[in-house]
Amino acid sequence: MNIHEYQAKELFRKEGIPTPKGKVAFTVDEAVAAAKELGSSVSVVKAQIHAGGRGKGGGVKVAKSLDEVRQYASQILGMQLVTHQTGPEGKEVKKVLIEEGSAIEKELYLSMILDRDTSSLAFIASTEGGMDIEEVSAKTPEKIHTIYVDPSVGFMPYHGRKLANAYQFTDPKHQKQIAILGEKLYNFYLKYDCSLVEINPLIINKAGDLLSLDAKLNFEDNALYRHPEITELRDLNEETPGEIEASKYELAYISLDGEIGCMVNGAGLAMATLDIIKLAGGSPANFLDVGGGASKEKVQAAFKIILSDPKVRAIMVNIFGGIMKCDIIAEGIVAAAKEMNLKVPLVVRLQGTNVEQGKQILANSKLAIIPADDLKDAAEKAVAAAKGAK
Amino acid sequence: MSILVNKDTKILVQGITGKHGSFHAEQCLAYGSKIVAGVTPGKGGTKFQDKVPIFNSVAEAKEKTGATVSMLFVPPAFAADAIAESVDAGLDLIVAITEGIPVNDMLKVKQFMKGKKTRLIGPNCPGVITPDECKIGIMPGHIHKKGSVGVLSRSGTLTYEAVYQLTQRGIGQSSCVGIGGDPVNGTNFIDVLDLFNRDPETEAVIMIGEIGGSAEENAADWIKANMKKPVVAFIAGSAAPPGRRMGHAGAIISGGKGTAQAKFDALEKAGVTICRTPADLGSTLAKRIGK
Repeated sequence: MNIHEYQAKELFRKEGIPTPKGKVAFTVDEAVAAAKELGSSVSVVKAQIHAGGRGKGGGVKVAKSLDEVRQYASQILGMQLVTHQTGPEGKEVKKVLIEEGSAIEKELYLSMILDRDTSSLAFIASTEGGMDIEEVSAKTPEKIHTIYVDPSVGFMPYHGRKLANAYQFTDPKHQKQIAILGEKLYNFYLKYDCSLVEINPLIINKAGDLLSLDAKLNFEDNALYRHPEITELRDLNEETPGEIEASKYELAYISLDGEIGCMVNGAGLAMATLDIIKLAGGSPANFLDVGGGASKEKVQAAFKIILSDPKVRAIMVNIFGGIMKCDIIAEGIVAAAKEMNLKVPLVVRLQGTNVEQGKQILANSKLAIIPADDLKDAAEKAVAAAKGAK
Repeated sequence: MSILVNKDTKILVQGITGKHGSFHAEQCLAYGSKIVAGVTPGKGGTKFQDKVPIFNSVAEAKEKTGATVSMLFVPPAFAADAIAESVDAGLDLIVAITEGIPVNDMLKVKQFMKGKKTRLIGPNCPGVITPDECKIGIMPGHIHKKGSVGVLSRSGTLTYEAVYQLTQRGIGQSSCVGIGGDPVNGTNFIDVLDLFNRDPETEAVIMIGEIGGSAEENAADWIKANMKKPVVAFIAGSAAPPGRRMGHAGAIISGGKGTAQAKFDALEKAGVTICRTPADLGSTLAKRIGK
């Protein structure tokens, strides 16, 4: 799960991780009031959407007066902000963070992630702050330092010294501050079950103090059950209607750009289904894994989500019933298709447990279903059907 | 021969009284697997389906029945505890089916397992099967056929797809192992490839990976240096957009790393026969071994 920068910074403040003073605003008047309250000579107006590259897209402005705060807030609030992560249609900005301006001496990069190869947690540190870190990594890999922390010992003082070395800190004040920050971030990561903590840039200000100028947090979905305070930070504006509906039924659903709606059981087979649609010359409209032991209601909900997507010109159902029984899938499809008045071609490939009963239910339904024998056959038929439906 | 499990393997089921645990314990019993005990704290002394004794602890179940392998269905919030209990009891193998265990819990468990004798398969996996001998997991038993191809995968249903395509062509399997779709798991590709490499009954291997992490790239290096048997591989997720978790917690392309293309390339360089579409897994393997 993602949260906004302003929410991340509030959590940082709560845990004693240094960050500039700031306040979220939903209207232009609120933005001006927030800037007045902060009382700093320079304020920054930052669009709050779940995507990186906001500055380049015009979503971050430095204001030198309250009039400028008003001007920039009215420009940014309500704009469709387009960045490399939003897609060409962009995202509507519904709130801005008003923050005190910071005098920047130096910009650094710091993040924490899981390192799968070593089953440990890793800090990524670079002197190249404020840049696209993936670009830094590609062009100058020697400027990326990875510091592994074995969870059995946790963050030790030597990890702090390694971080200081990575940043080439010579000032004892910086060395001390980075060691404290590293330990706080490590504890933060574990306490909140994060999957990413990223500070880009981490700055040294003119006063010589480390400060988190940005904050990006991702939380592990599997651990949200033990963090109700994090779950509350979810912003439904950042999700598509299909994704919101899917989460109610615990369906793994991701909206994509194409025109063939997919319903599959199992994440691997669902990914492979997208692959084979592309290989057959088509383009998938979504990833949807109905999971292992789905009920008829869950299948019905999944099918309705696909049918509600206006991009969808054909549907491909690909089920390999193991735990999932084909007759349950068939019942769910028939119920949803009747309820939603199915108008697009539907290709169904069923295999595995109770496959005959499943096929019988589909046949008895009198729905115009295009049966397919195997994966390839199903993908080709779905692609042809989507083209024919244009 | 086979790897990991065979007709003599004695199994205990952790979480046998739960919805999934009871359903699949029954399925495994019907397949012929030797399930000798169930473990549910607080329900010791009762029996599962009037025949399988249930114990309060893994240690007790092991002592009374001689079980050496656990099939684990304990819900995510309690799964780390259940795995650790089986490690502590000194079982040989734990097959953890449970999906959705928090990563940080698995990090702790993995540290705890260092230096211990227990092997963990999974979590978030379909399990392990040696056709006609022993099924430990949730895979549909009837699609399998005894034979000499080892199947190894991060995904459940995609494994069934591969097995089905093999069986349709009359090609049987020695053992099939799902290592699971989570970023921190007990057994990786290399561990299982090594077992297949040393198993005299396994002639060739199908390996199914997916986007995310670098387990497939690491396996490619290992294959190049060590593998004596033909390997056919497919990687799921060529069409997946970066930065989105595709169902499995581990299936995510981040920082430009973990793409399907990079994995295909690494495997191809290691001499693995690449299968670009999941529809051709069976035929590609057949061609590679000349059947």
